[in-house]
Amino acid sequence: MTAAALPAPSPLALRLRDALVITVLGGLLALPFIGLVTVEEGGALAVRTRWGAWAMTLVAIFLGRLAFRAALDAWRSRKPSHKSAAFSSTDAVLRRAAGTSLLAVALLLPIFFADNRYVIDTATTLGIYVMLGWGLNVVVGLAGLLDLGYVAFYAVGAYTYALLSTQFGWSFWAALPVAGALAALFGILLGYPVLRLRGDYLAIVTLGFGEIIRIVLLNWTSFSGGPNGIGNIPRPSFFGLPFARSAEGRTFHEFFGLEFSPMHRFIFLYYLIVALALLTHALVSRLRVLPTGRAWEALREDEIACKALGLNTTTVKLSAFATGAMLAGFAGVFFAARQGFISPESFTFSESATILAIVVLGGMGSQLGVVLAAAVLVVLPEVGRQFADYRMLVFGAAMVTIMAVKPTGLLARREPTVRLNPSRSSAP
Amino acid sequence: MTPLLTVDHLVMRFGGITAIDGLSLQVPHGAITAIIGPNGAGKTTLFNCLTGFYRPSAGRILLHEDDGSERDLTRLKGHRIAREARIVRTFQNIRLFGGMTVLENLLVAQHQALARASRFALAGLLHTPGYRRAEREAIELARRWLAELGLTAFADTPAGALPYGTQRRVEIARALCARPRLLCLDEPAAGLNPRESAELKALLTALRDAHGLTLLFIEHDMSVVMNVSDHVVVMNFGRKIAEGPPEAVRRDPEVIRAYLGEEDEEAADA
Repeated sequence: MTAAALPAPSPLALRLRDALVITVLGGLLALPFIGLVTVEEGGALAVRTRWGAWAMTLVAIFLGRLAFRAALDAWRSRKPSHKSAAFSSTDAVLRRAAGTSLLAVALLLPIFFADNRYVIDTATTLGIYVMLGWGLNVVVGLAGLLDLGYVAFYAVGAYTYALLSTQFGWSFWAALPVAGALAALFGILLGYPVLRLRGDYLAIVTLGFGEIIRIVLLNWTSFSGGPNGIGNIPRPSFFGLPFARSAEGRTFHEFFGLEFSPMHRFIFLYYLIVALALLTHALVSRLRVLPTGRAWEALREDEIACKALGLNTTTVKLSAFATGAMLAGFAGVFFAARQGFISPESFTFSESATILAIVVLGGMGSQLGVVLAAAVLVVLPEVGRQFADYRMLVFGAAMVTIMAVKPTGLLARREPTVRLNPSRSSAP
Repeated sequence: MTPLLTVDHLVMRFGGITAIDGLSLQVPHGAITAIIGPNGAGKTTLFNCLTGFYRPSAGRILLHEDDGSERDLTRLKGHRIAREARIVRTFQNIRLFGGMTVLENLLVAQHQALARASRFALAGLLHTPGYRRAEREAIELARRWLAELGLTAFADTPAGALPYGTQRRVEIARALCARPRLLCLDEPAAGLNPRESAELKALLTALRDAHGLTLLFIEHDMSVVMNVSDHVVVMNFGRKIAEGPPEAVRRDPEVIRAYLGEEDEEAADA
């Protein structure tokens, strides 16, 4: 019997053995943590044993490991069919459904949480990160250029609006395109010297660029206010109608005959970022199926082959940098208008890292993945607020788990930009 | 036999190493020219010079235009050789855009025409009829070459997921979509099984006869070289050691010595 069992142990036996090993390890660990407890006895500390709780833990570990193993095996055996060569169309249908329902949730959210400022604010923050993620996706996901200083363009956009509005009285809508153009210009400025760099080297230079922008803003006090930042940035108005209790002209609530509520502005800001993000999405997903976008992806795949086919890789790279930077600039304008106050504090490297994490976790190049990853990265710290001390720990653990289970990101499957046989592939 | 391309005393040095040492040759118009030679003879370096990846240390590469004028390619930037001189190449180690589908690969090769039609992506973003027509035409050209090379079934498959021999054909199809005047193939038969090799021979002759293309290829597989080429250039140590029709080259004592080594000489001496 042993001879028969040795060459090929049954999966059940393997799983049981695996669960047993884990239980022993877990039991050893749980012994001091759960099995022993200190209690106060007449002013002195005494150690008590809790064998019951310890035994329960062992049972839980054993069963949990069995279930985890079974789920993992099921996942693995599912994988080959999942990774089939041809792009399946059911996947596209699923994605579309997921995208549509996400959009519906996004649009209906303020109706259900009309008086919950916390939810609306968090959702607005999420919107900013989704927009930034989509913008960085052009550079990192599509063109394959690792950019660690993306937050610099965000800062350019924010400071452009802050300065134009406080110094020259520009409105939000007038400053938006100017800030986008200026950020794009900075994108080209960064892109030009790094044309020959790839991978790690490019990452280091972009990291430095991000720091340069931040340090300049920090030290050029006469221009940017230095560490004091810029305050009293005008809030965007509803096509000229300010959100205020009273103003010189008509205010938003007077015009629509509503009771004044400070929530109006937050809801308006929320819809504004949703609109900006949707615009970004439309632009990026349209660009992706155009020659420009295909050239970006080709550049990511093989730069030498691009040259051999007559693609000017300089233009391709610069256009990717400029497009990504422009979108970050738009997001920056929104950020400045929403906060009303900006300082270099908001544009540290950790912001760049968060945005990059969103793109990588979401799956490079995947638009829907960015939304999911942004939700994970923005909502998770919010949910973890009670355990503030462990926030970064939980955050790190979640990142490691995702990368271990899905190294290519949550949604890494690429949808072709064009099909030769659209009729065949649209069939289920 | 009018030449399409003249290489005139080309020299390519890398530091102290002279990879190409005063090479001169002509690529006849509408014919298949093979470049053979032992490893390290400078064949791929020659390709890299022709296609603008290297800037030659000395010498000229002249393209003879249809109107009789000449164009010095050594002054053109890399990507402009493919774009303007329409010299397109494939690579010894296949360089496909692996994550993209075969059709997308073929469309990237037509980037020039498509990008022009999309007018800095503006017409493309607006989905104008002009851009849509250009895209339809590009897909149609890709469809024709896919059909010709027997790749239609793989059109919507990621190029990186295809078997090796098929990837070689996709790379040729992609080069063809760039509408080349001179198609340079770097070891197109490497890694092919006998059947694929026979298909390659048929393809190369069809490209010459039916499509009037000029082909230049590097190859180690002598059955392919002897069967399809009209003209063979033999290189060794960066120099041309023989040139002519395949039959003559095969019997050339210099060529035999280069391939079989100096032992023949020693044996003869002994």
